[in-house]
Amino acid sequence: MITIDDILETNRMITENKLDVRTITMGISLRDCAHPNITQFCQNVYDKITRSAEFLVKTGEDIEAEYGIPIIHKRVSVTPIAIAAEACKTDTYVPVAEAMDRAAREVGINFIGGFSALVEKGYTSGDRILINSIPQALASTELVCSSVNLGSTKAGINMDCVREMGEVIKRTAELTRDREAIGCAKLVVFSNAPGDNPFMAGAFHGVSEAEKVVSVGVSGPGVVKHALEDLKGADFTEVAETIKKTAFKITRVGQLVAREASKRLGVPFGIIDLSLAPTPAVGDSVAHILEEMGLESCGAPGTTAALALLNDAVKKGGLMASSHVGGLSGAFIPVSEDAGMINAVARGSLSIEKLEAMTCVCSVGLDMIAIAGDTSAATISGIIADEAAIGMINNKTTAVRVIPVPGKKVGDSVEFGGLLGYCPIVPVKSEYSSAAFIARGGRIPAPIRSLTN
Amino acid sequence: MKLVVTIVGKDRVGIIAMVSNILAENNVNILNINQNIMDGFFNMVMIAEMGDSKIKLAELQKLLHEKGEEINLDIKAQHQEIFNVMHKI
Repeated sequence: MITIDDILETNRMITENKLDVRTITMGISLRDCAHPNITQFCQNVYDKITRSAEFLVKTGEDIEAEYGIPIIHKRVSVTPIAIAAEACKTDTYVPVAEAMDRAAREVGINFIGGFSALVEKGYTSGDRILINSIPQALASTELVCSSVNLGSTKAGINMDCVREMGEVIKRTAELTRDREAIGCAKLVVFSNAPGDNPFMAGAFHGVSEAEKVVSVGVSGPGVVKHALEDLKGADFTEVAETIKKTAFKITRVGQLVAREASKRLGVPFGIIDLSLAPTPAVGDSVAHILEEMGLESCGAPGTTAALALLNDAVKKGGLMASSHVGGLSGAFIPVSEDAGMINAVARGSLSIEKLEAMTCVCSVGLDMIAIAGDTSAATISGIIADEAAIGMINNKTTAVRVIPVPGKKVGDSVEFGGLLGYCPIVPVKSEYSSAAFIARGGRIPAPIRSLTN
Repeated sequence: MKLVVTIVGKDRVGIIAMVSNILAENNVNILNINQNIMDGFFNMVMIAEMGDSKIKLAELQKLLHEKGEEINLDIKAQHQEIFNVMHKI
């Protein structure tokens, strides 16, 4: 029998601590859409997405109302377009992005992911066309998200692509300069990208996935912070135990939502992504959890250890609560989307170098970081290379989503709006050049730990 | 389907009567009521069965919410399963 305390605790988590299910994401394979004529291909893509996801938003809203748990996003991810569109006789995939954008509007979702290429070991012709199309695709659409995987523990790092992505990010910023370079907020460069991640901007429907799947990303930094408020001065064993218990409860709700969504949509359940995903709202911050552990400001020495404990405890607690766990699973540290991170950058306690260290133990990488508009492409490539190396060597997903905002410099700040938040320009050590290093190109060989057989 | 109705707000005469009335009018059967008052604040949880009811959950939620707002009460009606999954293994 559930008690009145249990019921009130659940509802307090929802109303006061902003517990929510962050996203229901439907993955849709586009492998059967291939056609040499790009117009026909775009029509096939549009038809398949709108047919498959017709009831996604309605179903999400129904579940939200019945259980009283907010479900913030309903989204779609598709097969990487570099693969799906490769048969098209064309030199640009921009029309495909536009078709995805129209389909996303038609079904009422707020982002669609999968304008992507997987090039960690090398390019196919479709990969090259896709990467060249990214800046224009992101400038001429609003809901399309793009990602490129250019490194992995198994394959090493494609340094030609590292060089190219620095330039692609700069071009994307330039083409969307009238909107604070928003295009770059929809572009993620990965190492070890998972094919079942439900979170944007890096979601795509992996090539080994089923025809369609429904995956759920949970959240709840506010709930974890609240639970730790009662533990002032307690030792770390107790802190870890409390986070585990809280993550368990959060994830059980995610599992319930995933099960219901899968049943109602008639689409198999994929995975639960055990994540603490912050928003700029007060009380929904990962940085504030770290500060609750005893750090005066996020970025102070001890921050990486605190994040490591948090990340690990979230996984341990969540794992038991779900039948299939996957995606990125961990604590996100997107700077502009986290009120505590924004404050820490503004007061000077959190630097990009400290964030890089934190990415060794968080779920992904350098995320939603606004940098000066005059940062060179080679410097951005250097940042990407460092992150990709951390992912490759540590067998984890890492990513870079930086926004070089044209016309902005250190001391300015930039407003992206909504859940993308705002961010003071973060200083980068760009007075020392990475150009000759990045110009080498080629491949960084796969590390010794790739040889596991 | 089992329903959990939670009512939170400032205590006053007739809260239980008002909520029970709405449920009765819609053929929703109350199985259990748990109530306490903390610092003048009224907390009530009802477990109810709406298997025989003709009304849709969304409509009932709207009805309870509107009635609650009139007298400054926060009334929620939720599917019981969310509480079960969170608190029972």
